[in-house]
Amino acid sequence: MTVSELVAELGLEVIVMGDKDREITGGYSCDLLSWVIGRANPGDAWITVIGNINTIAVSILADTSCIILAENSAIDPQATKRAETEGVTVLRSSKNAFQLSFEIGRLLKVV
Amino acid sequence: MKLHYEVPGDDFTRAGEASGDVKRKLKSLGFPPDVIRRITIAIYEGEINMVIHAGGGVADIEILPDRITAVLADQGPGIPDIEKAMQEGWSTAPDNIRSLGFGAGMGLPNIKKYSDILNIDTEVGRGTTLTITVLVNPEHREMHNHNH
Repeated sequence: MTVSELVAELGLEVIVMGDKDREITGGYSCDLLSWVIGRANPGDAWITVIGNINTIAVSILADTSCIILAENSAIDPQATKRAETEGVTVLRSSKNAFQLSFEIGRLLKVV
Repeated sequence: MKLHYEVPGDDFTRAGEASGDVKRKLKSLGFPPDVIRRITIAIYEGEINMVIHAGGGVADIEILPDRITAVLADQGPGIPDIEKAMQEGWSTAPDNIRSLGFGAGMGLPNIKKYSDILNIDTEVGRGTTLTITVLVNPEHREMHNHNH
């Protein structure tokens, strides 16, 4: 499933669209940035409520396919700007991390 | 190729500049994605540690065909108990840092995990220097700690 397909399936808000055709190969849900950097896999859709500039840096370094801000959490203007510059996809949903994880897992057929 | 970066203290908006720039350079030089991922994650964690704990520092990166070495040096408080600092989940980061998503206690463990050779030279009151090497063809991993 690609990023743009995920957006359509879950009705996600698009804050920044990077590579819309990037394949989502898994998911990861966590708000501790070093935890994510150490354990998320490249291609994961990363669900978090942390929306600062370091979120973008971690997504780039961990090579996640997109960031999904859960529960309509806020994103700093600096972070949005950095995501635009670096081509990092940032999406948002009113759903919480549990609901998003479940729905993404179902779409990826891992649950 | 040698690169030098100043890592500012207490400025999280600029932490990650060195690792981001190194990532771009290594990509354009054609290094394997896994090598790029490992060294840039290690540099990023080192940058964040210097911002949180040491009031900034300097990062010197040497790129060779068979290896990338990053020397991250600060004049911060040093690490009193290196064994604890290497444990996953151990953190001395204050609450305001945790609210930014840091303080997981995974910084040094991640650096160890992703490097092939790690040398930690630290002294309380003097500072800390990390020497991180990622090999393009890792044949073995080793770790040296030097606690003064």
